[in-house]
Amino acid sequence: MLSMYLVKYAIDVHRQSYSLTAPQYGFYAMKSCLRISPTLPNSLRPSLTLRRSIATHTYSHHAKQLSILPTNVDTSSSTFRDNASKFNALMSQMEDLHRKIKKGGTEKAREKHLAKGKMLVRDRITALVDPGTPFLELSALAGHEMYPGEDVPAGGIVTGLGTVMGAQCMIVGNDSTVKGGTYYPITVKKHLRAQAIAEENRLPCIYLVDSGGANLPHQADVFPDRDHFGRIFYNQARMSAARIPQISVIMGPCTAGGAYVPAMSDESIIVENQGTIFLAGPPLVKAATGEVVTAEELGGGRMHSEVSGVTDYLAVDDAHALVLARRCIQNLGVAVRGEGIEGTGREKREAKEPLYDAEELGGIVGTSLRQQIPAREIIARIVDGSEFSEFKKEYGETLVTGFARIHNHPIGILANNGILFSTSALKGAHFIQLCTQRSIPLLFLQNISGFMVGREAENTGIAKNGAKLVTAVACAAVPKFTVLVGGSFGAGNYGMCGRAYGPRFLWSWPNARVGVMGSEQLGSVMAAVGKGVDVGLTERIERESAAVFGSARLWDDGMIPPSHTRDVLGQALRAAKVGVERETRFGVFRM
Amino acid sequence: MILKNLGPSATRPNNLVNPRYAGSAWLRRYSSSTSRPLTSILIANRGEIALRVGRTASQYGIKCTTIYTDPDAKSQHALSSPFSINLGDTSAYLDGERIIRAAKDNGCLGIHPGYGFLSENSTFARKCVEAGLVFIGPPWEAIEAMGNKSRSKEIMTDAGVPCIPGYHGVNQDPAFLKQEAEKIGFPVLIKAVKGGGGKGMRIAMTAGEFDSQLVSAKSEARSSFGDDVMLVEKYITTPRHVEVQVFADQYGNCVALGERDCSIQRRHQKIIEESPAPNLDETVRQDLWGKARAAALAVGYEGAGTVEFIFDNETGEFFFMEMNTRLQVEHPVTEMVTGEDLVRWQIIIAEGGRLPLDQQEIESRIADRGHAIEARIYAENPDMDFVPDSGRLLHMQLPRISDTVRVDAGFVAGDEVSSHYDPMIAKLIVQGPDRETAIRKLNTALNEYEIAGPITNVEFLKKVCRVPAFIAGQVETGFIKKWAEDLFRPEEIQPEVFAQAALGAFFSEVLGRCDGDEVFPGTKNGFSSVSNERSFVLAPIRGDNISESAGISVDVVQTGHGLFTVSVNGQTFESISSQYDAGNRRLTSYFLHTRLETRFVREEGDVTLFQQGHQYRFRCLTPRWVEKALGIKDSAHSVVAPMPCKILRVEVEQGQQVKKEQVLVVIESMKMETSIRSPQDGIVSKIVHQQGVKPPFPRGTQ
Repeated sequence: MLSMYLVKYAIDVHRQSYSLTAPQYGFYAMKSCLRISPTLPNSLRPSLTLRRSIATHTYSHHAKQLSILPTNVDTSSSTFRDNASKFNALMSQMEDLHRKIKKGGTEKAREKHLAKGKMLVRDRITALVDPGTPFLELSALAGHEMYPGEDVPAGGIVTGLGTVMGAQCMIVGNDSTVKGGTYYPITVKKHLRAQAIAEENRLPCIYLVDSGGANLPHQADVFPDRDHFGRIFYNQARMSAARIPQISVIMGPCTAGGAYVPAMSDESIIVENQGTIFLAGPPLVKAATGEVVTAEELGGGRMHSEVSGVTDYLAVDDAHALVLARRCIQNLGVAVRGEGIEGTGREKREAKEPLYDAEELGGIVGTSLRQQIPAREIIARIVDGSEFSEFKKEYGETLVTGFARIHNHPIGILANNGILFSTSALKGAHFIQLCTQRSIPLLFLQNISGFMVGREAENTGIAKNGAKLVTAVACAAVPKFTVLVGGSFGAGNYGMCGRAYGPRFLWSWPNARVGVMGSEQLGSVMAAVGKGVDVGLTERIERESAAVFGSARLWDDGMIPPSHTRDVLGQALRAAKVGVERETRFGVFRM
Repeated sequence: MILKNLGPSATRPNNLVNPRYAGSAWLRRYSSSTSRPLTSILIANRGEIALRVGRTASQYGIKCTTIYTDPDAKSQHALSSPFSINLGDTSAYLDGERIIRAAKDNGCLGIHPGYGFLSENSTFARKCVEAGLVFIGPPWEAIEAMGNKSRSKEIMTDAGVPCIPGYHGVNQDPAFLKQEAEKIGFPVLIKAVKGGGGKGMRIAMTAGEFDSQLVSAKSEARSSFGDDVMLVEKYITTPRHVEVQVFADQYGNCVALGERDCSIQRRHQKIIEESPAPNLDETVRQDLWGKARAAALAVGYEGAGTVEFIFDNETGEFFFMEMNTRLQVEHPVTEMVTGEDLVRWQIIIAEGGRLPLDQQEIESRIADRGHAIEARIYAENPDMDFVPDSGRLLHMQLPRISDTVRVDAGFVAGDEVSSHYDPMIAKLIVQGPDRETAIRKLNTALNEYEIAGPITNVEFLKKVCRVPAFIAGQVETGFIKKWAEDLFRPEEIQPEVFAQAALGAFFSEVLGRCDGDEVFPGTKNGFSSVSNERSFVLAPIRGDNISESAGISVDVVQTGHGLFTVSVNGQTFESISSQYDAGNRRLTSYFLHTRLETRFVREEGDVTLFQQGHQYRFRCLTPRWVEKALGIKDSAHSVVAPMPCKILRVEVEQGQQVKKEQVLVVIESMKMETSIRSPQDGIVSKIVHQQGVKPPFPRGTQ
């Protein structure tokens, strides 16, 4: 839809440019038009006698020059170097942590797993996705230091976006080397989050099932509530109804409730002598009815493929099963693969890389939120060609807004460049309206300590103006993406599309902080209201505000290195283009 | 027998033309118009020769009608003319009546028979004449005379042309033939009287193997030309095949257009031909030419013919073997050294014209033009005794064509080399100022020649070009056997080749799935990006079609956009910058130490690479689960035919004990008999296909 709109728009402008009245469209429009037709044939150029002074041709490179962001980063400055070294220390800490998590369960568990001829979950995913295409893993930190005394790397489940037979898919794979692949509360949350992303973006789901089911000691936090285990199957049914394909590959046990994953899928593949599906396993059956039966007889691949019909395809091993899964995706048809939507666009161009090195971002942002982070320096390192058509640059300067492209996908960006004032809130609301009108996805680069406080602010109606921004963010139905590049505090979190505002994806940089307010302010507020002295409160809040703490609890979709932001967003934009877009209807804006 | 004047120009009456131009080549060339110009001809052949004839014909404004059969409907020769007649059945190129009718119906004045098929069928030639058509070839009487091996030798002996000692009589009693063989002295050659092209021909080295070879020769002769009358003659152990191209007109003139050495042969069929013959004494050469012309004139020859001699390298003697009464496959070699168009000559003669050049002019041409070599490019497997192959030509890249590099091909990329007909894909002819240069040029052109699809002999031909004995001109018909060690030695494959093969396979996976920009270029995937690592198990396909069972594992890791790290057998190539252009199938990789440009062609699990003048073939081995999933059994216990075929004979019975290498089945494909031998000792448990059956390929026989 988006691209069709753009093409139409571009063609309109094209026609205009021949009659030489293009300038009224502004440089953004000129750019679109001249990208399609970079040089006009001589015959179409006006002769001198026909030329009108008002219509002097504006070259595309002039327009482009206006959009290219400059940089003021001095990589030799002491501030930069100090920032960079602190940031790099944090980065290497995060890299070590991810490396450890990526291994999965204990050495022993992994060896046992491999000895059975099974593939490790990340190897399964590598084999499942198309060669040469990336797999974007989500929330790898899930479960990190959440359960005292228990290590649950990645929450025992790997989720992410992968391209299978050319189609973007949501892949959900249990890691049975982590506590037998059982569902901890965070596992359930991660599984449901993956499904939510799939539903919103209409991505086919591939479940690589290898799980012992609910983690029984945690059953109270896994089973009964609305967003607990049962919701997985509810989602499967609802997605299937919405024609979002559900494919499961049973590569290990699927017991009790877990048996519904394959049973609720559109198509199921099972690995013989490895995958099992039953409502109760052999010991329970024996206890209940006295019947003695082997797992394979009770719910093995052969039985389910030949007798019960619970599964549709029988595989001899993991690799075979994954090939069959790929074949299933191939047969889904065009509708879900997105090819019919953006693929028709003739704008197949190589996206221009940003002009500036994204590796400098660490030195730009540092780890201390006391320093102002220059928003345009970040944008310049994320968007195509560092080209940013800034909107209302001179008004409400603490919020930077404008149009750009990321991997050729048009996008509207809102980035904090200081505290939010009435003017910046109004500008933000206006810009969101523009983007929804034009079906342009929104990117929020969040680094906000909140809205301005004080008499003057209240007098100018900061509450109602802030509410306008919040209303606009909440109601905008275009795909929204949020990256926490710094702080995310107070109502600023709402106005800048925090987790509660339904961005399609939300990522954190390692330096990010989330909280009602900064830990020190919180400590002083608590002291001021005179409650008893909470020893270590500031430290606790500080710890709980850290990105790694939030990411472990799935307050985001994962932590990403700043230099990867552009590619990660590019992939998310690709995934989002398939999603169904509703029409935006804004609520009441208090005037 | 009347011996006509053999003098270089003595027979040409000068009173026919203006004396000013009398005797000048210019005039003779352009005054060939006669009372019966052939303005429309039918080409009664297929493949490259049909195209070759058509090329000359259209150059002179002659309308061409082509014929084709059902399997040939989309072949190049059929498409080359807007006038093309469907004869239907696969064997219809031999249906003379039908072809003559087609020629008459379509207003053709003459028929060019090409080579093979009806070209040496005197009945057909006669019927053409009876139907009022010009047969572009010799008079049918000459064909008949030369077609019968025994009679031709009698004529030759009478004309003073030396013939090889042997029995050419009518007594076909095997015991008698054996007795004659003993009289001549072993080794002897057993050959079908009506045979040709190595078919129906066997060698008996000793008296012991005479009987079995006789049976085999007879059977092949029967199936090839329905006649199993055999002759027996002396077999020369280090012979060379030297032949003389002759041309005669109906005014009794005959010229020799030089000789060709066609000693490099496999399965008694030529694969490399050259002119002039190397290491040949000038007096012998002149003698050969003289004898060849005498042979032609002895049968009242007209048009193009080739007199084949067997030349004894040891004694310097030569003997008449046979005369081929047609244009030969290797005629371009002569065209290259004389600078003449022999098809044009054929048409001139058929129209009743005179020979365009006399003997002296030809000799000076040859002296000026140096040396020419032709290599025949076949779909065949040199490592399996040159057994024919067939299939679609997935990719074909010709060498650079110039005045001195010529390709006569019957196929273009995408065509099917059918198992119904001769598996020759093309002829590559080069010319150089001397023999060594010509060989170098041939080697270079072969290096540039890329064919993927069926197995070809291109790699083998390159090896021939590099054998020192060949460069030194030490040719003989047993050349391939003699230098087998050099010619069949498997070449070591460098790890870079494996790396390129794996990279190509990687790219073809990516491109096969998505069209261009669907592949997301970004590679930065967050902290926990799953490495995009692929392992390819590649087994070099050896000529004997048995891949090395294990194969070599090649790991490809994509480290960035177009950046790879590849490990081959423990050797790692870091930071290879690689890209694949699917349009021209070119894979360009910048290794840290070198740049490699490779043509990469993939068909299912088989990949073919052309790199630095070499062809490499690999099979991407399937993982074990595939066999398990498909229930494939060990193939060592069954026998699969290497090509689509018909079963000629089943040599064993069910339940019979067989030894390894014992002949189980004899199949026929592409008019060649091939024995299928037992892969191991054992008992035949089941015979799936019986004699006469055409089993569905590739399931073959068991």
